[in-house]
Amino acid sequence: MAEDNCQCGESGFKKLAEYIRQFPDKKTALIKVLYEAQHIFGFLSKDVMLFVADKLDVPAAKISGVVSFYSYFTTTPKGRTQIKCCMGTACFVRGAEKIISRFEEKLNIKRGETGADLEYSLDSLRCVGACGLAPVVLVNDQVFGKLEAADVDTILANNQG
Amino acid sequence: MLKIANFRDLDKAYAEFKPRMALRTEADHKSFAKRELLICGGTGCQSSNSLILLEVLKKEIKAAGLEDQVTAHITGCFGFCEKGPIVKVFPDDVFYVEVGVDDAAEIVESHLKNNTIITRLLYKDPAQGNKPIASHHEMDFYKKQMRVALCNCGLINPEEIEEYIAAGGYQALALCLEKKKPQDVVQEMKISGLRGRGGGGFPTGIKWEVAAAQPGPVKYMVCNADEGDPGAFMDRSILEGDPHSIIEGMAIAAYAIGSDRGFVYIRAEYPLAIQRLQRAVDQSREAGLLGKNIFGSGFSFDLELKYGAGAFVCGEETALLRSIEGGRGEPTSKPPFPAQSGLWGKPTIINNVETLANVPQILRRGGAWFASFGSEKSKGTKVFALAGKINNVGLVEVPMGISLKDIIYEIGGGIKNGKKFKAVQTGGPSGGCIPAAELDINIDYDNLIAAGSMMGSGGMIVMDEDNCMVDIAKFYLDFTMEESCGKCTPCRIGNKRIHEILTNITEGRGSLEDLEKLKNLAEVIKDTALCGLGQTAPNPVLSTMKHFWDEYVAHVVDKRCPARVCTHLLDYFITDSCVGCGLCKRGCPVSCITGNKKEVHVIDNALCIKCGSCISKCPTKSIVRQ
Repeated sequence: MAEDNCQCGESGFKKLAEYIRQFPDKKTALIKVLYEAQHIFGFLSKDVMLFVADKLDVPAAKISGVVSFYSYFTTTPKGRTQIKCCMGTACFVRGAEKIISRFEEKLNIKRGETGADLEYSLDSLRCVGACGLAPVVLVNDQVFGKLEAADVDTILANNQG
Repeated sequence: MLKIANFRDLDKAYAEFKPRMALRTEADHKSFAKRELLICGGTGCQSSNSLILLEVLKKEIKAAGLEDQVTAHITGCFGFCEKGPIVKVFPDDVFYVEVGVDDAAEIVESHLKNNTIITRLLYKDPAQGNKPIASHHEMDFYKKQMRVALCNCGLINPEEIEEYIAAGGYQALALCLEKKKPQDVVQEMKISGLRGRGGGGFPTGIKWEVAAAQPGPVKYMVCNADEGDPGAFMDRSILEGDPHSIIEGMAIAAYAIGSDRGFVYIRAEYPLAIQRLQRAVDQSREAGLLGKNIFGSGFSFDLELKYGAGAFVCGEETALLRSIEGGRGEPTSKPPFPAQSGLWGKPTIINNVETLANVPQILRRGGAWFASFGSEKSKGTKVFALAGKINNVGLVEVPMGISLKDIIYEIGGGIKNGKKFKAVQTGGPSGGCIPAAELDINIDYDNLIAAGSMMGSGGMIVMDEDNCMVDIAKFYLDFTMEESCGKCTPCRIGNKRIHEILTNITEGRGSLEDLEKLKNLAEVIKDTALCGLGQTAPNPVLSTMKHFWDEYVAHVVDKRCPARVCTHLLDYFITDSCVGCGLCKRGCPVSCITGNKKEVHVIDNALCIKCGSCISKCPTKSIVRQ
């Protein structure tokens, strides 16, 4: 999650500019810079992408191309609680589909979506490599494993409480 | 601060740190005057609170006044991920599984103070009537294993360079720089017979030879740590559990080909692996084991981490290179091969994490030693990630050529819940399924290809009778369709069409004609796609069609899913155990359930949309799918 004081823009841009300064070879640093930018702002808005384009001296179109190519980057804001369901094979054969469907049902959003109140986002994720715990869900990067559909209700209840 | 400026410094450091390993490696330490606890700090065990457990253990040890006799610290993955968190006690060789934070006090009081093993926390072997197994080395899971790439995982603390040096680390690099010419290193690798562990199985020594023969002063050494196959996690475990071995392996490779700069392309989804590797790189640089004039030998090498950002295609060599250059990770056609023209047009070697973890061991013990295990054309050992419907989920390292049956039944402990084995999927989205009839196959690169699958990075997903093979094929196509970069038409459009046909089949709209179409389309994509991702994407379809043709026919002709997975092909029934509570009726979104209070209800399957809401609501489990 981005820290609150970085959401307001200016201090976030300052932080990003400082991060960019450490790279002697600016052109090859693009992905790392976008990674950091997303970490600071929570998502990559048009303004952020234009800022990066300017600082790295890379065409904005190229930045847009890179951002849209990689699934890690998002151009829309995410919810305060980010739920990511692993849909790797190990989780899939142990019933990940039931888990993510349960979240969809309970949160009333589809996978890939964020609720209108920006409370929750729900995403599917490629393998996180914790196959021993399948099926696995990440709630704001905290790992929950060996889940059954009923555990979804508990996770959400605890998160609200 | 540790500084290693020449070969003698390393010898001195080794002599200084080696005693750290005494309790862990020497058999004659049975006085138990001193003990060491190693707690798994890998992603799996960490998410089961192993780090909190470590802190509590340390506190309890202190409270019991045992600080001088007992130390506790983290280590890398033991591989037995199913039963984490794991605590191993040295020198006792006792292996505690599923240890909770609440168990810490008892471990200290009972085991450390009173020398009484806690039976409750031992692994109980279902194959031996749930007999508790006290000794780590007597567990079936470990008996047939042989650890080379994973030799330090579960033995050393991955966060301290001193531990790696104590285990003989950086001696292979020293040996190469002091006594071997680059061509000797290449020769040793050729003798070892090591083949690329990322999937392709290309001989590593030959790859290095090609790059070494290229003219020019600028060459690059790249480590592919973008472990993308879902269900494979050996690279993550090595990066988390033994990061210095990758640095040493890369430095050796760089010396062999004449490179002074390296990159590790690592998945952003592996935050812990990134953190451990970065820490290891910083430590090595500080000690002088990375940077200019390593060991005072004149050889210089440094490396940098580059993040992958969630694109499966970037596991393909040329796509990976484009991504490191800072662009979209789209593959380019080969030749030219990266060893001739790679990063920024310069000769570049790309080796996978597991391949590189083997390199220091091979150089220290000799190529002939490594070649003495394995099968005729696949030498050494291989790490497999066992997952899915198997009792012992985890990482295992075994000699090549071991039978699939041994892996699944001896090491893996058989199928979960006593179900029937159906197939094992190897090679990830590019691989295929091996059915029960071929369980006797000896696992190596060539046998797997002959069986219509492939080695891939070593993921093995076990499926039982409850898995539908059409559904599994659709799952993989869903994955490759999503991950296709879109550059070439066969992959971009063809795989989407395959996915559509599979969706039709699983939803009851398929025909025999579709199966024919599916097969033809799959063959065409295989022959015409640009890169490895596209060419292998239809493999899961072709291999499931080959081995489970009947299941496809059942879906399209009888409109039936034999494994009862494809919800559109199932009918719902309420059995006589129904108590007539009405919960299902009220929860049904299409109101297709009727019945009076306290009487058995009925589902109208003509109206039912097979959503399953009634099943999850029924308190008496009276609703069945058939």
